[in-house]
Parts: sequence; structure tokens; C-alpha cells
Amino acid sequence: MRAISVAPAAPVDAAVRAIIEIDDIDFHYGPARALHDITLNIKERQVTAFIGPSGCGKSTLLRCLNRMNDLIDGARVTAGQIRIDGVNIYDPRVDAIELRKRVGMVFQKSNPFPKSIYDNITYGLRIQGEKNKGRLDEVVERSLRGAALWDEVKDRLHESALGMSGGQQQRLCIARAIAVEPEIILMDEPCSALDPIATAKVEELIHELKKQFTIVIVTHNMQQAARCSDRTAFFYLGKLIEFADTRTIFMNPANPQTEAYVSGRFG
Amino acid sequence: MSTTAAAIFNRPTPAKRAETVVFWLLRLATYFVLFCAAFIFIDIGWKGGSVVFRTQAPFLNVPFLTEAPETLNVFTLDGQPRTMGDRAFRAFKATHEAELKGVRIETYVYSAGGIFPNIVGTVLLVAGSVLIALVLGVLSAIYLSEYATDGPFIRFLRLAIINLAGVPSIVFGLFGFGLFVIALDFGVSLLAGWLTMAFMVLPIIITASEEALKAVPRGYREGSLALGATKFQAITTNVLPYALPGILTSSVLSIARVAGETAPIMFTAAFVVRDELPWQVAKWTDFFFQGVMALPYHIYVVASKIPQNEYTRDVQYGTAFVFLFTVAAIAMTAVILRQRLRKRYKW
Ligand SMILES: Nc1ncnc2c1ncn2[C@@H]1O[C@H](COP(=O)(O)OP(=O)(O)O)[C@@H](O)[C@H]1O
Ligand SMILES: [Mg+2]
Repeated sequence: MRAISVAPAAPVDAAVRAIIEIDDIDFHYGPARALHDITLNIKERQVTAFIGPSGCGKSTLLRCLNRMNDLIDGARVTAGQIRIDGVNIYDPRVDAIELRKRVGMVFQKSNPFPKSIYDNITYGLRIQGEKNKGRLDEVVERSLRGAALWDEVKDRLHESALGMSGGQQQRLCIARAIAVEPEIILMDEPCSALDPIATAKVEELIHELKKQFTIVIVTHNMQQAARCSDRTAFFYLGKLIEFADTRTIFMNPANPQTEAYVSGRFG
Repeated sequence: MSTTAAAIFNRPTPAKRAETVVFWLLRLATYFVLFCAAFIFIDIGWKGGSVVFRTQAPFLNVPFLTEAPETLNVFTLDGQPRTMGDRAFRAFKATHEAELKGVRIETYVYSAGGIFPNIVGTVLLVAGSVLIALVLGVLSAIYLSEYATDGPFIRFLRLAIINLAGVPSIVFGLFGFGLFVIALDFGVSLLAGWLTMAFMVLPIIITASEEALKAVPRGYREGSLALGATKFQAITTNVLPYALPGILTSSVLSIARVAGETAPIMFTAAFVVRDELPWQVAKWTDFFFQGVMALPYHIYVVASKIPQNEYTRDVQYGTAFVFLFTVAAIAMTAVILRQRLRKRYKW
């Protein structure tokens, strides 16, 4: 960890393995540089929050982690490495499809497919060729329970997912992501379109999910980062300004820019 | 107050007068177009309808819809005017040889019998060419909108496709004649007609399909990919199904065009007359290499190659009427299909 680390890391840190190692990453959209020398480690079964003002590169970095940026013309990692489980995910031998099965993603704008709830959850398994009805049923129940949605929708699994409320739709997207049993879940401002009650439910869910998954969450909402995350990274203009224990970032930041941002003086 | 009232109350200005004139011009233009269209439809509907429909059960002129065209023989016998189709006339002649001696017989080709082979031919031509055009068009649209990276070559390709839409249909007809009928030696055949007309409507279908694909939210693609789908899986399971209603909308347009065109089929697929029906072939492969009779070409023939009089009027108006009806029916099928799909995939 080369970032300006302040307080000693939280006690759990030392023992926990770093599952994602971001090592000196540069990223360009065509000629425009979006990320500058980012280095940070994300630990297994923790929630890591990315905060920072709009346009500072949080989403860009997040989308590097499951190579979602591959799909944008002219967008590429120009230097550095990202290792997951020790493997450089930008190695040409790495299969981005397999990677995305291991690294799930929940988008800012919830995107349930215009299919039934059941078909949404089983989508990931079906495209992998799973046809066994019993197994699919089981996964649907487990995923929906995992996303704290089972009781609300168990009687209308075969109705369109678009009939759900906004908060339910976002939790459905989370359920859909965990149905393929990833190790890591990336969330890009998952609550930005939700009301406070739905937001609270998703946050509660994040607490539950971290027992099983490693979570990286981008958020605009400082309270949310403070409530949900174990560690927080603050970005500004494509640079990592500070990365530390969430408590340290909020109570005792080392960098004056961080302090200004978390206290709401800009951004 | 009073100055405002004076200003706003009933003051004709030059701008307002111009507005009124323009408004009436627009309105009259619309009425004029409507009037012309209505006149054509009513004329064909009335005169053609009286050929196709009957006042007694079964209320349809069944022979006209189920028989092949025949030559009409008109003559006067014993002071009585008689009209007879060719087959009936031959039978009559066999038994009345003596009486017919010296009687003047007028013949009008295609004016007796019906237009069944033409209906069949048109339906076959439309179905085949729209199917080919849809498959080719959707595949090209997927390539252009989902896979191709924008560059000079792709831009050139798009421009070429758009320009193709403006090529007159007779040129497509000649192209199909040169390539399919002669160079590839398909002969005047269904296959040559299908391919020619498919190429003619491809630009419409590609452009509209691309638009329909683009209208599917990005989130569906990204959502699929994030779950470990390949790009192709994402497209087939989570993009194309939602784009289909839009694609079908464009195909309705192309169906109307394909069904109506005469120029591209007259060198490539259409026979003026043919005795066998399309399914009367020796081998199944012959099916693709046979010419067919078609409604628009039949209209062209009966309208321009035979005299216009009370004996030929029925087939002229009847064919036009059935033709309009067939095109409308095919288009309606596509509209209903699209509506169904829309209901299933709504976002
Ligand atoms: N698809 C794209 N093409 C070009 N530039 C982009 C694209 N997406 C983001 N950017 C640019 O990259 C920078 C970082 O964007 P982003 O990662 O979305 O920021 P954040 O999520 O922190 O708001 C911004 O300056 C943005 O304009
Ligand atoms: Mg963002």
C-alpha cells in the first residue's frame, strides 16, 4: 500500500488476505487520462468504499476490476496491473467472461431485464447452460433470500421484474449477481436512485453480504460510506488521495483535501 | 390597460394574414392528397369488389380466387351474345362444330377464369424475400451496431447502404437478371426473385434494425455481460428479443414494397402465364428454380397488353382489388405479430 496511510490499519487488517491488488494503474479514455497511478489493496470479505466528487474516476476504477471497460472503444489500462487472487486480470490469457462470473456487478441505474423475476435470477446460470429445474429453483430461493427479497416476491416469481419498486429492483439486481456465486461484488452507487428506506434496506443487505463476499462500493453518500464500509478510498481528479480505515478517513484524515471533502466543504 | 386591450384585441397583422394563408395551403394540400387516394381506393374497391364479392352465398366469387387465368371467347350465336372461358369453349366447340362455322369469335387473353396462381406466386415471393432480407438484414445490423468499431470503412459501408435505398427498382431488376438469372444460371425463378427483392429492401431493414437495436437500453447489455455472458449471448438473449418489434415494424414497410414491385420480378421471377402451380414440381429442389405468376405483374399485363372493354374490365379491377387486399393482409399479420411481441417485452 503506497497511499498515504495514516492511522494503523484496523486490527483485522493484518490477518486478512488482499484479494484484489491494484498496482500503479493508469487508465485512458482515448487520449484523456482518467486514472493516475492508482495503487490500493482490497481485502477479502470486507466492504471497501470509493468516494470522491463526480468525475474523479471511481466508476472507471470499479469497472476496471471486472474489465467492463473493455467494451468502451478506445478505453484501456495504459500502465500497471490489477491482480485478483494473484492473477493479473489484464493478462491476454485471462478470459474476461470467466472473470466476470467471479466478479459480479451491480449498476448505478438498476437494470432488471424485462423478464420475470425468476428469469432474471436464473439468467446467469442459464447462459452457463444450467437447465435443471430443481437446481434453478433452489438458486432462485437462495439468491432472493440472500438479497432479503424472498418474502416480498415469493408469490410472484413469474411476474415481470419491472413491476417491482425501485428498491426491490435494485435488490433483485443484487440477487441476480449473487446467483452466479461470485467472490467479489462491485456496486456502482447502488442507492443513488433510491429513497431513504430502500437505501437502508440495501445497506443492511451489504452488512449481511460481506460475511460471504468481498464488496467494493462506489458511493456519493458520505454517511453511507461511513455506515457500510470497513475501508474507504478517497479519489480526486483521477488520483487516489487517501486510502485507510473508514474511521480514520472520517474522523482523522491525514490529507487536508480528504478532510475538506468528508466534512462537506466541497464536492 | 386600454393600450394593452387595443394591442391584443382583434388586430390583423401581416404576419397573421400570412399564417392564415399558409394554414389553408397546408390544409388544402392534405385534402387534395386524401381526395386522390380516396378516389383510387373507392374506384378499385367498388369495381373490384363487385367482381370478387357476390350477393348470394358464398358471397365470394370462388372461381375467380381459385382458378387459373383463361382466355375469354366472345361470340354471338343465334342472336345471343355468349362469353366462355377457353376450356368451356373447347367443350362447346366439340359439340357445336357445325353451328359455329362462320361465327366471328373475339378472344381476350386472361380475361376468364381466375387469378389463383398469381395470388400464390405473390405470397411466395413476398414470404421468401422478406425472410431472406430479415435474416441478412438483422445479421448485418447486429454486426454494424454491436460489433463493428466506428471507422472510415464502416462509415463508408453505412453510406453505401443508405444510397442503396435510393436505387430505382428497375435497376435492382436488371442487377438480379444479370447476376442470378444469367451469371449464376438460376433462370427465371423464385430464388432469383427472392434474392433480387431481398437486396432491394435490405437497406430499409438494416437501417431500421440498427435503430431498433440501438434503442435497447445499454444497461441490458452490460447487465448480461456482468453476469458472465459473451457478447453474442447478451445480444441473442437480452438485446435482439427486445428489438424485434421495431425490426418487424420496418419489415411491414418492406413487405408492402416487395409485394407491390413489378420491375424487379419481371426479369427475374415472373411468368406471364404458367400452367403448373408452384407445388407441382418433380423434385423439391425444382421448387426454387421455377418461375411464378404474380399479382402486380398480372396487373401490368392485363392493364397494358389487352384491350380495355366490358369483357376485360372484371379481371383488371378484380386483380387490383385482390392485390390491395393481399398486401394489406400480409402487412396486418406483421402488425399483429409486432403487437404481441411488444406486450411480451415491455420496458
Ligand atoms: N465512456 C467514457 N468515455 C470517455 N470519457 C469517460 C467515459 N466515462 C467516463 N469518462 C471520463 O472519465 C472521468 C471519470 O469518470 P467516472 O469514472 O465516471 O467518474 P465518477 O464515477 O467518479 O463520477 C470523467 O472525467 C469522465 O468524463
Ligand atoms: Mg460514477
